[in-house]
Amino acid sequence: MIFKLALKNILGAGLRTWLNIFILSLSYFVIIALQGFFVGWQEDASREMKKWDIAGGQYWQEDYDPYDPFTLEEGHAVIPDELKKLISNEEALAILISPATIYPKGRMRNIVLKGIAPEQNLVELPTTYLENQDEEINCILGSSFAEKLSVSIDDYIVLRWRDKNGAYDARDIRIAHIFSTTVLTVENNQIWISLPIMQEMLGYLDQATIITVKDENYHQEITGWEYKNLDFLLKDLNNMIKAKTIGSSMMYVLMLFLAVLAIFDTQILSIFRRRKEMGTMMAMGMTRVKIIQLFTLEGVLHAILAILVGAVYGIPLLRYFKKVGMQIGANAKDWGLSGVTDALYPIYGWKLVVGTIIFVLITVIIVSYLPTRKIANLKPTDALRGKMTKKDE
Amino acid sequence: MKENFIEIKHVKKEYPMGTNKFVALKDIDLNFSEGEFTGIVGPSGSGKTTLLNIIGSLDSQSEGEVIVLGYEVADLSSSKSARMRSENIGFIFQTYNLLPVYTVFENVEFPLLLLRINKNERIKLVTEALKWVGLLDKIKSRPSQISGGECQRVAIARAIVKKPKLVLADEPTANLDADNSHNILKTMKKINEETGTTFIFATHDAKVIKYLKRKITLLDGSVAKDELVNGG
Ligand SMILES: Nc1ncnc2c1ncn2[C@@H]1O[C@H](COP(=O)(O)OP(=O)(O)OP(=O)(O)O)[C@@H](O)[C@H]1O
Ligand SMILES: [Mg+2]
Repeated sequence: MIFKLALKNILGAGLRTWLNIFILSLSYFVIIALQGFFVGWQEDASREMKKWDIAGGQYWQEDYDPYDPFTLEEGHAVIPDELKKLISNEEALAILISPATIYPKGRMRNIVLKGIAPEQNLVELPTTYLENQDEEINCILGSSFAEKLSVSIDDYIVLRWRDKNGAYDARDIRIAHIFSTTVLTVENNQIWISLPIMQEMLGYLDQATIITVKDENYHQEITGWEYKNLDFLLKDLNNMIKAKTIGSSMMYVLMLFLAVLAIFDTQILSIFRRRKEMGTMMAMGMTRVKIIQLFTLEGVLHAILAILVGAVYGIPLLRYFKKVGMQIGANAKDWGLSGVTDALYPIYGWKLVVGTIIFVLITVIIVSYLPTRKIANLKPTDALRGKMTKKDE
Repeated sequence: MKENFIEIKHVKKEYPMGTNKFVALKDIDLNFSEGEFTGIVGPSGSGKTTLLNIIGSLDSQSEGEVIVLGYEVADLSSSKSARMRSENIGFIFQTYNLLPVYTVFENVEFPLLLLRINKNERIKLVTEALKWVGLLDKIKSRPSQISGGECQRVAIARAIVKKPKLVLADEPTANLDADNSHNILKTMKKINEETGTTFIFATHDAKVIKYLKRKITLLDGSVAKDELVNGG
């Protein structure tokens, strides 16, 4: 009975109700759409990072600490035999890392020099450009970094490094290629050269800092090397995305606030506008509990109708977003959207959708119940003193 | 006729007025029997509505005893008094108080829903009640689509549909013109005579007086006169 009455009340209440329902449906929609983009971004960014940088996981030489540039000179050791086998099978990839200095256009800049096998095809880095002709040392670097340095292909820059004996040496290296990537961890402040050349330059024959392995499930204990799994390696990225998500979630907190305000407003207004209606129901013998149920249910029905209304325009729109993605392209890096290729494709999981619906429903139940309880506790005579809604006059 | 249908003993009603108290009813003593058609008259502010609300258990007295249909009204919990109203009392208001989103039929049906009466029975009772007030042709209209007189007739139908023992009507004719007022009073009188339902009005409408069987005059919260009229 209560359900039928509530439905009748809502459907009979006209434009204002539908406006509230629409606003509420918008909050479902915005939450799901935004979250979908963030989940999509996260997937996209993780995938790109695996493709370009971390593959299935990494072994770090135990002294290597990317957050402490002073240890960078110590973090290298002879590649262990187990991993050498993987490398020759193209199942792993050795990278040597060392601090160095470059002098592009006469300015000085400290960078991270990375050595990688030119013939590798484990990661997307276009390392074939590192194959050296003649006596030249070829290098590659990311386009954003190249822009920062204002260098272009075929430019020569002076590279200065310190070898294993602490002796400084310098050479002109040639920029053989500038690659474009969304993965900041292979681009920021880094220059890539051929691994054998770098080993020779530094005197670290056969040595490496990081061994990237292809297989996610390969992790053996190797003394002197620490295995870092994908969870660890993606942690920074995920944290960054989470921070952005929280930042942007301000927007849907606002949306939800608006929607809740609309419901709350309807319910609060009920105290004044529909007081007499409730007084009349009390006079006719409706109990407080029933009245609370009726008016709370009305609020909840708003939320349920909003799901239906939201589905009508939301599902096609969300589908559309999923199909075309959000074109970000060149701006991605400006926005700090690491790992996003030209377009961002949202992903909507059922957890996201169900979670959002439950979240909005609970919020609505609370804001519906609280004011209603207040109304129902009025004395019938006080409630009856209120005005009847316009329609009745 | 059953005596002690309603007993009011030494009833006093005070309303808080800032730091003071305003006394709306002072020491009222009244008895009503079943089947009465009684008007409570008196100038504005004399306490008519207050008395009616106390009888209807919408409000409670400050002092004294009110026994309605054997229930000591002040002792009832809010849900018990709701049930008492639902089963025994119909209300008619000056401002009709129809539920705006419901049709005429649904408005009259509402008290029956509260009583959990089944659908067939409901249709029968609602039709019967609307026949009493002559509104069978407006069943699907909404309150906003019918006249004030018609609204009040719907309200009467709603009050009598559950065949209550008691109908309380607060100024039922105050918003109606003379024709409609007479029409409505005739209807209520007819119901009273044919079903034995007890009617108690609060009114200061002179037109009402000639229909009454008993007239109670309130003045400043006290019973000034209690008389049988029109051969009642
Ligand atoms: N909730 C209240 N708080 C304070 N005073 C009240 C309250 N309700 C009624 N009164 C006062 O009690 C007195 C009696 O009120 P009541 O409504 O019973 O009068 P009435 O005889 O019905 O008048 P009317 O003919 O204008 O309807 C009035 O002076 C009124 O101002
Ligand atoms: Mg009054």
